[in-house]
Amino acid sequence: MSTVHIPFLQTGTLAVGGRLLDDAERSVQSQADRPSSLTRGHRACQGCAEALAARWVMDTAVEAADGRLVVANATGCLEVFSTLYPESAWKPPWIHSLFANAAAVATGIASSLHAQGRDDVRVLAQGGDGGTVDIGLAAVSGMFERNDDVLYVCYDNQGYMNTGVQRSSATPPSARTATTPAVGRQPGAPQGTGKSMVKIAMAHEIPYVASATVADLRDLEAKVRTAMSIHGARYLHVLVPCPLGWGSSSSESISLSRAAVQSGIFPVVEARAGELTDVQRIRERMDVEAYLRPQARFAHLFKPGGEDALNRWRALAEANIRRYDLLGGRP
Amino acid sequence: MSGHDAPPTLGLSTGPATSLSYHTGTWRTERPVYVDLAPPCSLACPSGEDIRSWLGSTQEGEAGFETAWRRIVAANPLPAVMGRICYHPCQAACNRGEVDEEVGINAVERFLGDTALERGWALPVPTASSGRRVLVVGSGPAGLSAAYHLRQRGHDVTVREAAAEPGGMMRYGIPAYRLPRTVLAAEIRRIEATGVRIECGVRVDSLDDAQAEFDAVVLTVGAGVAHHVDIPAGAAAKIVDAIDVLRDVASGNAPLLGRRVAVYGGGNTAMDAARTARRLGASDAVVVYRRTREQMPAHPTELEDAVGEGVRVQWLSTISEVSGPTVTIERMELDESGRPVGTGVFEELDADTVMLAVGQEADLSLLSGVDDVDVRDGVIAVDPGTLMTGRDGVFAAGDASPGSRTATFAIGRGARAAAAVDAWLASRVLPAEPVVREAEASRLNAWYYSDAPKQHRAELEAARRVTGFEEVLAGLDAEHAVFEARRCMSCGSCFECDNCFGMCPDDAIRKLGPGMRYEIDYDYCKGCGICAAECPCGAIDMIPEER
Repeated sequence: MSTVHIPFLQTGTLAVGGRLLDDAERSVQSQADRPSSLTRGHRACQGCAEALAARWVMDTAVEAADGRLVVANATGCLEVFSTLYPESAWKPPWIHSLFANAAAVATGIASSLHAQGRDDVRVLAQGGDGGTVDIGLAAVSGMFERNDDVLYVCYDNQGYMNTGVQRSSATPPSARTATTPAVGRQPGAPQGTGKSMVKIAMAHEIPYVASATVADLRDLEAKVRTAMSIHGARYLHVLVPCPLGWGSSSSESISLSRAAVQSGIFPVVEARAGELTDVQRIRERMDVEAYLRPQARFAHLFKPGGEDALNRWRALAEANIRRYDLLGGRP
Repeated sequence: MSGHDAPPTLGLSTGPATSLSYHTGTWRTERPVYVDLAPPCSLACPSGEDIRSWLGSTQEGEAGFETAWRRIVAANPLPAVMGRICYHPCQAACNRGEVDEEVGINAVERFLGDTALERGWALPVPTASSGRRVLVVGSGPAGLSAAYHLRQRGHDVTVREAAAEPGGMMRYGIPAYRLPRTVLAAEIRRIEATGVRIECGVRVDSLDDAQAEFDAVVLTVGAGVAHHVDIPAGAAAKIVDAIDVLRDVASGNAPLLGRRVAVYGGGNTAMDAARTARRLGASDAVVVYRRTREQMPAHPTELEDAVGEGVRVQWLSTISEVSGPTVTIERMELDESGRPVGTGVFEELDADTVMLAVGQEADLSLLSGVDDVDVRDGVIAVDPGTLMTGRDGVFAAGDASPGSRTATFAIGRGARAAAAVDAWLASRVLPAEPVVREAEASRLNAWYYSDAPKQHRAELEAARRVTGFEEVLAGLDAEHAVFEARRCMSCGSCFECDNCFGMCPDDAIRKLGPGMRYEIDYDYCKGCGICAAECPCGAIDMIPEER
């Protein structure tokens, strides 16, 4: 992992900061004068992890780019809650065009800057899973294939949340959404669905692909810094719990991310040129229940008849643990 | 980098506004509020030390050591002593025990105490004098603590001690392998340096005379007289009081004990006596105790140390007769209510000496003929709040007064007595101790505390211990003391980890700078509760918003 290693100071690497840290060891988010690229007053729901992840990513990218960063945003929650006309919650230069074309817009900006000899200005594109995995996939894939100099960040909340929680192709199996109700023999989203955008990105063999969560700030910041140190197409996939769509408490967005990682459901990885280079090991193993039970969209897994689906979740976690060696050889 | 509240810079010409003009705080149904709760360690500390705060200073390393020590001596003037002999109820209460292992608070206290002695840090000397004179009778932990705290309040304090040297049970009861006398003497000298007069070899035998000479009197005479039980004994039987043996050893007059010593009793004095007997050459030291291990009043670590030095324990046994080379022991069993009753089964135990360690009493000869100071259950009756006896201006603390008979409790009560005397001298009412909310383990988010096992102090080889009275436990070095202090989770009190500030999705928390903590901007805080959930130490409450 490209995570900074912090000596034992009460809280080690897991907390945002710490009064005993040297300045060089401080995370961007622990700085009193951090950029706060996404300002207060935005209209994200209470406990929105996407708003949190976007500030974390953007602040690190702004620092890495020395303040010279342009952002293209796909349609989605992030765009809607941050830019209610005539207000904007963004500090960096920011553009929204269409749902499907954030990657293409970013490519255009990057090419234009390059043509003007402004290689000091960096370009970041971002969207939700709808704008990335479904509607914008062609543009994203094209940007990857051409190795355009863009960092594309997907904030994955596993559904179309701002339009009323419809299923996306990133919605995991058995999740209840407005379009996959928890009724019938196989309630919720069908089994075997849900794309892995991380694997799709890796298949393009672009210079850098990584996944991260809001449960590990230092890991996320380190990945953004690594991505910003590289030119060409880069992809970062961040899991962002959605209290509205997942039916979880607004205070649980961090702890659910933690449970997703510690249960093996969401592998936190890094890959270069299509090859897996690092994985974040499980620190304290949790059962999938720790992740699933707090979410109302999975409530039917804990009712009679839900056992099969629950076991499939366990199998999924086991498969991830095996595939990515998430326990690092431990039993 | 643009500042926190700078307006967004946008390349649009339509004159966009900023979302700062929209106050999302109106959405809130619960509001986060920073709180400062009392940690279980301090609540459990009979000396009243603010443990979390002095561990906090220690965490800073070298730069924080003196501040840490000053925070200890605000309550307890004997950290190097207590860092050795305290049974650290703080550690039993420590929430870290539920994460991995409790913080070694006692070891850090000793480190700070020793560092202070090495570097000659002085206790504060009061500048103003009240002109009031207070007599403290007895120089044990309660007396020294009372004298120190009275002196800190500007009073003219005299301590009178009947023995040749000050320290009470710390000097004459606790064996030197647990408390080197040089450490005790140095910490007492430091109290004297603040202006406390200690007169040794002076027995106070008239309360009336004392009151004529002083404005107030604090009785801290301790419990140094052995309790006795009647055991039939032959002429050849050698029966001694454990407390006398410990006193003689401490005075440099080690008595001749036999090769096989039986110690009767199950308290800490019994453990000290058995371990001392081993050091005086007894090949066999057996503790005879009439109940079971679970019921034993001796501290578990004392028992462990004793057993580690080859002391044996004969559980569920009473000594029924001492006849010289052997003692007769009756096996006991517990009845339904858990009390030991005789079984009528007897056995012989080889023992040429029996040491009695069946409890101690206060020497209250000073109070004979004083009928307005009540003695109840063998101790001086006091008002539980002010520690004043039945006689105006006469207070009591320590083992001679009600309560737990430990040095740490005595120090706490000595301080309380000092506060009470001070209030009484000024005709003020002593305020009651404030009611505080405890930072319970359930409030903590233990995920954030790194895995860090307790730093075990190197113990001398058990075999080496029994050859002399050198100290058994070694101290921590600076590096390990700092590490151990950093294991403190700062329960219920913000230690500026930045989690709330960094994890607020609404950017609604301001960081105010080192030592200043944070401020919540309620204009924007939506009340999601992430800050409270992810606060490692439980320093944020979520409270319902009033409408």
